Amino acid sequence: MAILEVENIRKSFGSTEVLKDISFSLEKGHALAVIGSSGSGKTTLLRCLNFLERPDGGVIRVNGDILFDSKDPNTQRESEIRKKRLHFGLVFQAFNLFPQYTVLRNVTLASELLEKERRGEEQATRIANRGIREYALELLDQMGLSDKVELYPHQLSGGQQQRVAIARALALKPDILCFDEPTSALDPELTGEVLRVIRSLAEKKTTMVIVTHEMAFARDVAEYVIFLDDGVIVERGTSQEVITNPQEERTKQFLSRFSQN
Amino acid sequence: MGRLAESFWLNCEIFLLTLLFALPLGLIISFGSMSRWQPLSWFTKTVVWIIRGTPLMLQIIVLFYAPGLLGWGNWWGSGTSGRFSAAVVAFVINYSCYFSEIFRGGIQGVPVGQTEAGQVLGMTKTQIFFKITLLQVIKRILPPMGNEIITLIKDTSLARIIANKEIIMMAQEYSAKGLIWPLFSTGVFFLVFVGTLTLLFMWFEKKLDYFRI
Repeated sequence: MAILEVENIRKSFGSTEVLKDISFSLEKGHALAVIGSSGSGKTTLLRCLNFLERPDGGVIRVNGDILFDSKDPNTQRESEIRKKRLHFGLVFQAFNLFPQYTVLRNVTLASELLEKERRGEEQATRIANRGIREYALELLDQMGLSDKVELYPHQLSGGQQQRVAIARALALKPDILCFDEPTSALDPELTGEVLRVIRSLAEKKTTMVIVTHEMAFARDVAEYVIFLDDGVIVERGTSQEVITNPQEERTKQFLSRFSQN
Repeated sequence: MGRLAESFWLNCEIFLLTLLFALPLGLIISFGSMSRWQPLSWFTKTVVWIIRGTPLMLQIIVLFYAPGLLGWGNWWGSGTSGRFSAAVVAFVINYSCYFSEIFRGGIQGVPVGQTEAGQVLGMTKTQIFFKITLLQVIKRILPPMGNEIITLIKDTSLARIIANKEIIMMAQEYSAKGLIWPLFSTGVFFLVFVGTLTLLFMWFEKKLDYFRI
């Protein structure tokens, strides 16, 4: 069964229609790459999944449960949305780490707040917090950041900051992890270390939606690829089909710009 | 000297009470001016414009005399305590408007990505404000706040306009008797006070030096 189903999502900003009737689904443990030029609506799509934008129309289902239905106002209440968005994790292009907290605290903060809300009880919380801390350290170890846990974000390189951001998103154990151009703000030398981490997540069968400009990476890591142009899915298929052997003229045109370098 | 110090205590009282009330009130006003509900933000911005656009001295006079002149009775009671309350209220209103603009700048200066990161991590608006935004705002507004607060202690002398016996008024009375030193001592009082404030703010900024925004 598909873990994520997106049906007929539409979104306009003023009179500009950014997403026009987008539908796709994703199997558990698979990675989906969303490619397309700037302004094609990739980021908006990701932001709709994470409830940072509210779609004007359409349905979003996770594990068969309706998370969002534009026709049902009950699915759009703020309190509901807050719980539901935890199905998704989002890694931003600009990292957006919290500058006043250490690496470790960046990763544990949200889990601790949720735990406190859930229990409120002092003793239980203390034990739970120990678990949260251990899990955070484990994640940071996976990201190769064991020696950085007590540092502050400004003391890290961009690549290290992005790996912290990935650990932070994973700490809440989301069903689906989304990446919004995770390497676009990085120097070419630092891009590799972040892509390696995402690749290892793919090997561990993490369900992911990745918006990226790294075509070779998309081809190697993602099972499926969607090519978005002007708010419409122009082409979709396995990564081999779309990236290596595109059918649509528009896709070929877009990809040819990458093969030139 | 002792009586000068006594009168300077009045300046300090106005200073402390103004900070105590104007800081939280300023934060509330800044939320008003940032409100997405247009009537509220327009109303707030108009009030801030009027308060910042007219002299504090005039505001003190108006606040003290207007209730009586308009036939609304005696708001401020009689004697020194009434004069003192009127001055403090005028200072609180005036400074909360200035503070609100500093808060607004500080809050709007925090990148929207910080809020969004909090949102996708399932935090509530309150949690985002207190756990993420607030300290970044404080770090950002510390220098302009320092400026404003230094101006405040010197502005407290304006309270004399409704006959509050603050330090400059006293010094002037003494010097009218042919003494020059009270004027110099008064300057020293302010210098020492502002010097202490400056050190305090330096210490505070250093405290928040451990992270960058």
